[in-house]
Amino acid sequence: MLDFLASLGRGFFDTLAGFGRATIVLYRALVVWPQPSVSFPLIVKQLYSIGVKSLLIITVSGLFIGMVLGLQGYTILVDFGSEQSVGQMVALSLVRELAPVVTALLFAGRAGSALTAEIGLMKATEQLASLEMIGVDPLRRIVAPRLWAGFISMPILSMIFAAVGIYGGALVSVEWLGVYSGSFWSVMQSAVDFYDDVLNGVIKAIVFGLVVTWIAVYQGLESVPSSEGISQSTTRTVVYSSLMILALDFVLTALMFGDI
Amino acid sequence: MHTRTIEILVGLFLVCGLLAGLALAMSVSGLSGTSQDTYKIYAHFENIGGLTKKAEVTVAGVQVGTVTNIQLEPEMLVAKVEMEIYSQVNYLSIDSSVQILTSGLLGGKYIGLSVGAEDEVLENGSVIEDSQSALVLEELIGKFLFNKVSE
Repeated sequence: MLDFLASLGRGFFDTLAGFGRATIVLYRALVVWPQPSVSFPLIVKQLYSIGVKSLLIITVSGLFIGMVLGLQGYTILVDFGSEQSVGQMVALSLVRELAPVVTALLFAGRAGSALTAEIGLMKATEQLASLEMIGVDPLRRIVAPRLWAGFISMPILSMIFAAVGIYGGALVSVEWLGVYSGSFWSVMQSAVDFYDDVLNGVIKAIVFGLVVTWIAVYQGLESVPSSEGISQSTTRTVVYSSLMILALDFVLTALMFGDI
Repeated sequence: MHTRTIEILVGLFLVCGLLAGLALAMSVSGLSGTSQDTYKIYAHFENIGGLTKKAEVTVAGVQVGTVTNIQLEPEMLVAKVEMEIYSQVNYLSIDSSVQILTSGLLGGKYIGLSVGAEDEVLENGSVIEDSQSALVLEELIGKFLFNKVSE
């Protein structure tokens, strides 16, 4: 019984210490005197491996999700004779919810796991330790560019997802199902507000990008330096990021649209 | 891969993001309206009953423009609706009438423009006098009940 209580307490304090270490990592990586000439090329390289390489999966899933929304929305709305509203439905659900959330989930699986594995292997092969030996702070050299690239990529990917999805929905409902294109776009435009809907969606995407890259980088740094340890950290990155995305999405939605 | 190729691809990525943001601003949320040339006409309504900005203006069901502004006219106490009509639709006669209609059972309000017979056409700044207000369900029910009682 006593052992159980002790392990419970230890687990609690371990978790707290983990939060503390994660915050220190974020602080030490980001709150530094900026050196654009050094950090900019590093960020560009990470933007390539985090952002550009995620582009294909984001566009393809955005297109299909938009097309499915158009198809489903049409079949429901046509019963009420309001099939013109399908554009409004597709655009609002994509811009407010689906684009940030689905992009972030895919981003966690595609880029977050890769980040964790990369940093975990760097730690296991003692590359991080040797960087420190030659006087280079690995948090600034390795971690900071990855964090920045994550923050920049997520909103861009999310906007691409939303735009591609809406054109996918327009393709299905206007071109194939024959909704009148004038009403499709004008009902959408009268329903979607740039500041309330589009910008709030982008804010969501920025928050998710921050959370996903932060968790990925931290799990990489904390991984046990063995092949099993790296695989566990990678799994944890995907699981924790997905849970955090869905939980934060509720909180952000309540703050932005819910009047709670 | 070469640094140069990576830089070009990252630049392309950023441009794609910018274009997507622009598409969301322009064609999805209609932030800056249409890119087409338009001219403005006005109409007075006794009751707009839920008409909003960016609603369609149609002739025979085909969109010819959008509602850009709605405000209360202080002297006459009626709603003044500003509409932007596409420039290529320059053959709407001056005695046209406007009506606020509902698309489908649950859909949004839009303006239906019925073209008249005069040779003179609507120009920038023209005001349409012949207007029919939105159908408000409560008023309709009220009238119906009133007639029932008086029978």
